[in-house]
Amino acid sequence: MTSRIDARFAALREEGRAALVTFVTAGDPDYKTSLKIIQGLPKAGADVIEFGMPFTDPMADGPAIQAGGLRALKAGQTLRKTLQLVKEFRKGDDETPVVLMGYYNPIYVYGVDKFLKDAKSSGADGLIIVDLPPEEDEELCIPAMKAGLNFIRLATPTTDDARAPAVFRNTSGFVYYVSVLGITGTKAPDLKSVKSNVKRLRKHTRLPICVGFGVKTAEQAKTIAADADGVVVGSALVAAVADSLSKSGKATPKTAEAVHKLVRKIAKGVRA
Amino acid sequence: MTASPPPNSFRTGPDERGLFGIYGGRFVAETLMPLILELEQAYKDAKADPSFQKELDGYLEHYVGRESPLYFAERLTEHLGGAKIYFKREDLNHTGAHKINNVLGQIMLARRMGKTRIIAETGAGQHGVATATACARFGLPCVVYMGEVDIERQKPNVFRMKLLGAEVVPAKSGSRTLKDALNEALRDWVANVEDTFYCIGTVAGPHPYPEMVRDFQCVIGNETKRQMLAREGRLPDSVVAAIGGGSNAMGLFHPFLDDKSVEIYGVEAAGLGLKTKTKHAASISGGRPGILHGNRTYLLMDDDGQIIEGHSISAGLDYPGIGPEHAWLNDIDRAHYVSATDAEALKAFQLCSELEGIIPALEPSHAIAHAMKLAPKLPKDHLMVVCMSGRGDKDIFTVADILGVKL
Repeated sequence: MTSRIDARFAALREEGRAALVTFVTAGDPDYKTSLKIIQGLPKAGADVIEFGMPFTDPMADGPAIQAGGLRALKAGQTLRKTLQLVKEFRKGDDETPVVLMGYYNPIYVYGVDKFLKDAKSSGADGLIIVDLPPEEDEELCIPAMKAGLNFIRLATPTTDDARAPAVFRNTSGFVYYVSVLGITGTKAPDLKSVKSNVKRLRKHTRLPICVGFGVKTAEQAKTIAADADGVVVGSALVAAVADSLSKSGKATPKTAEAVHKLVRKIAKGVRA
Repeated sequence: MTASPPPNSFRTGPDERGLFGIYGGRFVAETLMPLILELEQAYKDAKADPSFQKELDGYLEHYVGRESPLYFAERLTEHLGGAKIYFKREDLNHTGAHKINNVLGQIMLARRMGKTRIIAETGAGQHGVATATACARFGLPCVVYMGEVDIERQKPNVFRMKLLGAEVVPAKSGSRTLKDALNEALRDWVANVEDTFYCIGTVAGPHPYPEMVRDFQCVIGNETKRQMLAREGRLPDSVVAAIGGGSNAMGLFHPFLDDKSVEIYGVEAAGLGLKTKTKHAASISGGRPGILHGNRTYLLMDDDGQIIEGHSISAGLDYPGIGPEHAWLNDIDRAHYVSATDAEALKAFQLCSELEGIIPALEPSHAIAHAMKLAPKLPKDHLMVVCMSGRGDKDIFTVADILGVKL
């Protein structure tokens, strides 16, 4: 069976354009607003949704996404509720791929087998787990593939040609190329090195390569879309949530629209 | 996943994947993975090179002041009326704690690897001070991450680090304590992989850190063994050490793991009591297995797998995890993991000061508190070693505050 991710990238290839992959944190700033945000993402121009599973200790994330996770946890978000959000999203959209992104501990505590079963039945398509390198594939990557979920791997500037085959061995769906050495949302991508690194990685994989970490503007998205199969935008959207909140940190009527507006803007860059 | 059967030797771990039973491992972001592998190889090479150990021994002797005494605590022994208690005096090391043993090893390894910038995390500030000290000695720039809350609680150590030329960066995320300082250090490392060496302060983190830090701290147990044989003509009957992450404890325990007659006690911080659920820092007694900071181990967390901040009177013990080798030694029953409350540690702190003329740090006060429970029930020929992992000067403000004394 073709996965939603494979189908989406195949369709975009036909269209001759790159994908816009949008990251938002599940339950940020609260459950209801978060549902409204993801429900509006496809119409705003998102081709793939990355849905962050909040964790108290997100060691690869910068200040914006750290804050988004803590807002969600404070509002009572749990892994169970994140899967519930995916389920509700699926009621109105059976095509847009949803990739769950986060850290291993909440999944380990939930129970790997139970999580994979529940994630699959909720309508999730793939997983990106930041703290599971290929050295730990037996933990979740291989069980996830068996359960019919794509396990999407991060490749970084430190993933050299010697290491690349190990990184791509058990991956599917797409490859997420981290364009900077560092955490999410803090440095602007070095666009020249993105071009050469995407070219280099293509020697090792036939999967679509999406590029992220630090993409904030339509212009950056446009440049990256010329070389890559997709552009990931995350911290900028989570920051848009933060900027839309009331003084007491609660959602306002503008919150979902603030995210959708930025997505529309960046989508124009990707489609240019 | 089941625990592996008891091995013939308890000292062979970890395996090539960095595992002690199911604990340990390498749960890090891809950016760091090549560095972890490079570090593992560099450490292997250094371990096999006699000149590395020889140089380290030289610094341990002349700079740290080793070996540290194994001191017979005569009046405490008399007072308790049972086991004969010895203190392993790590408090007499340069910088006042065991932390320097590990730091010197790692800094020498960093130099060997050609790394030019050192980062570290610190809770109470002892590891930060030790790292800043070694960096000053070798002329290396040093950045220490410290939780904003801890910076406020541990002002003297912050000033010490600054005097030693280190930059102290507040960790402002999450709960703004030790675990967040570790997160910030990892984030720094991800952004500065080319030139930076991350000097971790305890037997935790991704492989090879738990093994490497243990090896550098084993000088504690190796000396203790030699000294006890010289003094009493036999091995101790029990060894006791306090545990936050567990580096002084692992350094004392490891050389005795295969001496089956030696009872091993690791003492966690029970804070206001294990029944409080969130007001303690006893990862084994009050937590369960999970994954944080690069390794699988016992952690304090809620039902959703979110990490809970530990509490202890001692800022050096309130880490929500424990080294993976301790987790394994617990599961296979080679070591006993027990706990002491804030109140028990405080009582031990006062008693040791009054009876022995030694003001212990609040961390080893937990170990002394457990010795106070064990010793009276044991015969007078029972030889017990308590690791005096650090001196208490840094804690006098905390203790004065609790006792209602204004300084």
